[in-house]
Amino acid sequence: MTEMLSIKLIVNGIVVNKLVDPRQHLTDFLRSDLGLTGSHIGCEHGVCGACSVRVNGRVVRGCLMLASQSDGAEIETIEGLVESGDLNELMTEFVARNALQCGFCTPGILLTAAEIVAEDRCFSRQEIRNELSGNICRCTGYQAIIDAIEMVLIENMKKK
Amino acid sequence: MTEPEKIIGVSFPRPDALRLAAGRGTFTDDIVLPRMVHMALVRSPYAHALIKSIDTTDANKAEGVVRVVTGHDLVEICSPFIAEIEFLPNMISPRQYALALEEVAWQGEGVCAVLAESRALAEDAAELVKVEWEELPAVVDPVAALTVGTPIVHRDLKTNLAMTMPIEEGNTKLAFAEAEVVVEHAFEFGRQAGVALESRSVVADFEPTGRQLIVYQSHQTPYQMQDVYARHLGLPEHHVRVIAKDVGGAFGIKLHAYPDEMTAVAASVLLGRPVKYIVDRQESFSSDIHSREMTASGRLAVSGQGIILGVEVDILSAIGAYSIYPRTSVGDGIQAVQFTGAPYRLPAFKGRVRIVYQNKTPCGAYRAVGQPIGCSIIEQLIDIAAAKLNIDPAEIRRRNNLNSDDMPLKAAGGLEFVNVSLNECLTELLAKMNYESLRRDQKEAQQRGVYRGIGLATFVEQTAVGAGLYGPAGVRVSAQEGCALRLDPTGLVRCSTSATDQGQGTLTGIQQVIAETLGVGFDDITVKAGDGGSTPYGGGSWASRGLAIGGEAARLAAIDLRGKILSAAAAIIQGSSENLTLVSGKIFDGAKFKMDLSELSEIVHFRQNTLPPDVDFEMNVIRHFVPREFPYFIANGIQASYLEVDIGTGGIKLLEHWVAEDCGTIVNPMLVDEQLRGGIVQGLGAALYEHCIYNEAGQLLTASLADYAVPLASEMPDIHVIHIENKASGTGLGAKGAGEAGTLGAPATIWCGVNDALRPLGAQVWKQPFTPAHVLQALHSRGSLHKVGEMFKN
Amino acid sequence: MKAPTFKYLRAESMDDVYAAFAEYGDEAVILAGGQSLMPMLNMRLAQPAVLVDINPIYELSGIVLSNQKLHVGAMTRHVEVANAELVAETLPLIGCAIKQVAHRGIRNRGTFGGSLAHADPAAEMPACAVALDATLILQSHGGARRVKATDFFLGVMSTDRRSDEILTSIELPTQGSNHAWAFHELSRRHGDFALVGVAATAQRRSEGLDGLRLVVFGCEARPRISEVVASRTLVPQDVAEFAAAVVKDLDPMSDLEGDAEIKLIQAHALVERSLNDLLAAQPYD
Repeated sequence: MTEMLSIKLIVNGIVVNKLVDPRQHLTDFLRSDLGLTGSHIGCEHGVCGACSVRVNGRVVRGCLMLASQSDGAEIETIEGLVESGDLNELMTEFVARNALQCGFCTPGILLTAAEIVAEDRCFSRQEIRNELSGNICRCTGYQAIIDAIEMVLIENMKKK
Repeated sequence: MTEPEKIIGVSFPRPDALRLAAGRGTFTDDIVLPRMVHMALVRSPYAHALIKSIDTTDANKAEGVVRVVTGHDLVEICSPFIAEIEFLPNMISPRQYALALEEVAWQGEGVCAVLAESRALAEDAAELVKVEWEELPAVVDPVAALTVGTPIVHRDLKTNLAMTMPIEEGNTKLAFAEAEVVVEHAFEFGRQAGVALESRSVVADFEPTGRQLIVYQSHQTPYQMQDVYARHLGLPEHHVRVIAKDVGGAFGIKLHAYPDEMTAVAASVLLGRPVKYIVDRQESFSSDIHSREMTASGRLAVSGQGIILGVEVDILSAIGAYSIYPRTSVGDGIQAVQFTGAPYRLPAFKGRVRIVYQNKTPCGAYRAVGQPIGCSIIEQLIDIAAAKLNIDPAEIRRRNNLNSDDMPLKAAGGLEFVNVSLNECLTELLAKMNYESLRRDQKEAQQRGVYRGIGLATFVEQTAVGAGLYGPAGVRVSAQEGCALRLDPTGLVRCSTSATDQGQGTLTGIQQVIAETLGVGFDDITVKAGDGGSTPYGGGSWASRGLAIGGEAARLAAIDLRGKILSAAAAIIQGSSENLTLVSGKIFDGAKFKMDLSELSEIVHFRQNTLPPDVDFEMNVIRHFVPREFPYFIANGIQASYLEVDIGTGGIKLLEHWVAEDCGTIVNPMLVDEQLRGGIVQGLGAALYEHCIYNEAGQLLTASLADYAVPLASEMPDIHVIHIENKASGTGLGAKGAGEAGTLGAPATIWCGVNDALRPLGAQVWKQPFTPAHVLQALHSRGSLHKVGEMFKN
Repeated sequence: MKAPTFKYLRAESMDDVYAAFAEYGDEAVILAGGQSLMPMLNMRLAQPAVLVDINPIYELSGIVLSNQKLHVGAMTRHVEVANAELVAETLPLIGCAIKQVAHRGIRNRGTFGGSLAHADPAAEMPACAVALDATLILQSHGGARRVKATDFFLGVMSTDRRSDEILTSIELPTQGSNHAWAFHELSRRHGDFALVGVAATAQRRSEGLDGLRLVVFGCEARPRISEVVASRTLVPQDVAEFAAAVVKDLDPMSDLEGDAEIKLIQAHALVERSLNDLLAAQPYD
């Protein structure tokens, strides 16, 4: 029978104590054990980026990390980042220019985009494209996504 | 203010976009039901094999296992299916079971299902199922599939040839004899997968006491699936309800009845418990329909002025192990032939398609069905002819484009045209891309040893197919769309539509059509879709029909509801309804404000007693629309690409891309732009990367997203969109479809662009995708695969 | 696509790792960044009995400069290597190449040592380690062993690491203004493994370059120095001849993206470009 492991972590600011199957990946855990279904499972082999979550401040593939490895970690998911307002500017730009269609990849893309924006430096359009290369979107053709991120970067520069 | 508010033609953001961005979508895998079990499949490791025995003893005893099901268990409750077309009596199609019984015909065909407490436990137990196989020779290569003595995919069919369709119009023999220039080219099109980012998913919930089945499914057309489940599981149709909540991309992949999803639904019936089945990414690559695996030879006869005199095309289309249920797999090949040369005046046309079975994943309708093949063939031929005659590629297209003088037209391939705007699109495109200056840049670059190319691809797009296709085919698929409107007591409107939306924005467009037609604000309407049990019956989402047909149904419903509202208003104000208008939720008599819609709504819902007895107080309407005057609407346009070929490595860099497109009335320009861009990028993926590669034994070698490459943000160009608005005839709205135009034209654009770049070097690519290896193969002239052999043989 | 069952051990120290090796022997597999291992687990291509997670061992991370060598802890994440000014200043070859390693989300978790230990012949970091003459430190219960990168890579995902050893750090001799470097990669898409790539370093002389360490990767089973040109001085007029010699010495593997002959053509183009880059590069401060 499956031997369960006890983990304690912080998810979107809330302390969570759970027993997990050691083989369960982080996204499965967040989705099935915590009901955080905003992170999506697109490939489970680390290519598509739909499962992206923030672990200790950095965006990683939730499918390439075990839930058991998140013991002691601080996890932020799309749900938490939406509630905190961290993604407001990006989401506004995404919606305004229809930078999403089916929306399956979008939470992962927003997390990556937020990390790019937070670097607080200049990015050329091609650099934004390269930085986003780890998130597959099959619907949009990417242009509106790049436009949205570029717009937020420009707005942030103006604010300085 | 009594001027109607302009809502159609305005770029409204989608009301549901924020919800999806915030991760609040409900995709099928997000649904959890009490007592739900998870399914994993044992799939065939061989392309072709006999199942000698299946031993489920160990699997049955494994942790968390509820039941292990084989094909023989399922055949008791789920009848097999055969995908056929009535008007193609010579087409042969094998019988298919939810789980294979005696023989498997592709690597990935399901043979056994494990139902367990979690997906992981189900997968553990699936590894314990012991299947004794006897491997049979596999049919992999389409050409070999037709040679004498070849192994047969389905032995009872006695041949691998599913069907042959010849088309002939005019005298091609004469045309080719008289032509000043005849060019030819052989083509290979790589097999593609659709790769919706959310894989196919189903949660089936059968309630045994009342024999009620609810299926949550990531699907484009719940109505079709209700029909399929009811008939094959022996349930009355009104006991079956299929609900598509948020769908994470579809592109035709989620248009079919798949045996694995059928297995999950049948398992729920068998167990009387909810069953969740999520096709994982590896399974997705070997079990989602593939498409576009074709080889073709084409010949073009032109006059000295570059006027097309005749076209010949011979296509071999390989569709894998089965004709996919219920729509069949022959459309890809048939449309490939029909669309070869479709945008141009063709005095003589001879075409043929042969469609063969092979031991690979079944093929089916994927975005733009066959049309990209026909487009690539003719665009390449016309470029070769232009080069030979030293005519500019844009000019030769202008000379041959169909125009309004040719309309209406029943074309050689059988296509029916009402109007086109090909030369308008061409003119606008050339201006926007600064064509002459690009040509100069290209020349200047070449002097530096940098090889750039301009690719043009003219296209016509079959959209919004009516009942004329599947009706005569005997395929139980509805081509109508329906729209129900209900006025609520506060004067707000609920719409329920049969059109479904996988992110295209169809529902937003429908909301705009209703708002403007009815005379209420955009935000005063909510639109519901995807529930096959409670929305008006219809087709769903396929063949770019959402706005053209679903939008027209919405327009008709809005007109009717408006009539009802104004009649009631006339009774209330004791006037005539003739001069009454409804603008932005307010009722006017001429220029004079009379009452708010909300006030009227309250009366018709709560105070009917105040109305005269003959006044209609029922503020519900339902309308359907199906094109009957025309079989479909032909949209049209042209794409252009500017690209650079690295002749050292064979790499292709896309610099910029343009499209000029006419999809009739544009309800929401932003959403149309994004449909075009997204579609183009899928077509660019086909051109550059996407390829399902099999080895000689029929093993799929590209069953992961690491091996099957789709476009990433990093390599894609910016895409400029130009619209020409030429209303569709036959509807009041005048919209045509736009969803497939991008995917249709983009591969041909790249094909032409790469060969434009390579032409000074005397090389040309002939095989899609144009990988660096293939570009080098072309440059170093290795192999003679691209020579055209004898056509129309065998 | 769910991983099979395994025993998960969280190693807090090197002793925990050695204890796991002692108890489980070959059945214990090290989980570092997991960016290659986790996909194989999810696909059930790898079914280890025991996973030893070394992420909690903090002392395996970090970048230190001493004695003109950069010491990179095996668990240093790619993102840390990419962001480190020390790396950009002293090993610009790595600073350039690391941007081609997969994607942001992968670089945030994947580790420098993990990439070397995994030994994918189409990966960038193993090729750079060879070109830069890195030394890998492998530790076991019995002590440390130093292995040159040139000797470490044995074949496709095969290295000189023994099953009771763990790669703990990598020493890279730093490069100064007398060094030139070049990096070229052909991949299908940004972040993909190389179809063919070149990593090269050389020393500037008053005339031309010598000490040429040129590695063609994504081509053969392992990254290696092209010995045919290693002891010669490169001057501009010899570029074509050098490139031809390097390519002649290659024995490429065919793959889905091209047969051996195609790889040779591509390698030739990239080698020639790299040699030109080496010659053209301005000395830096």
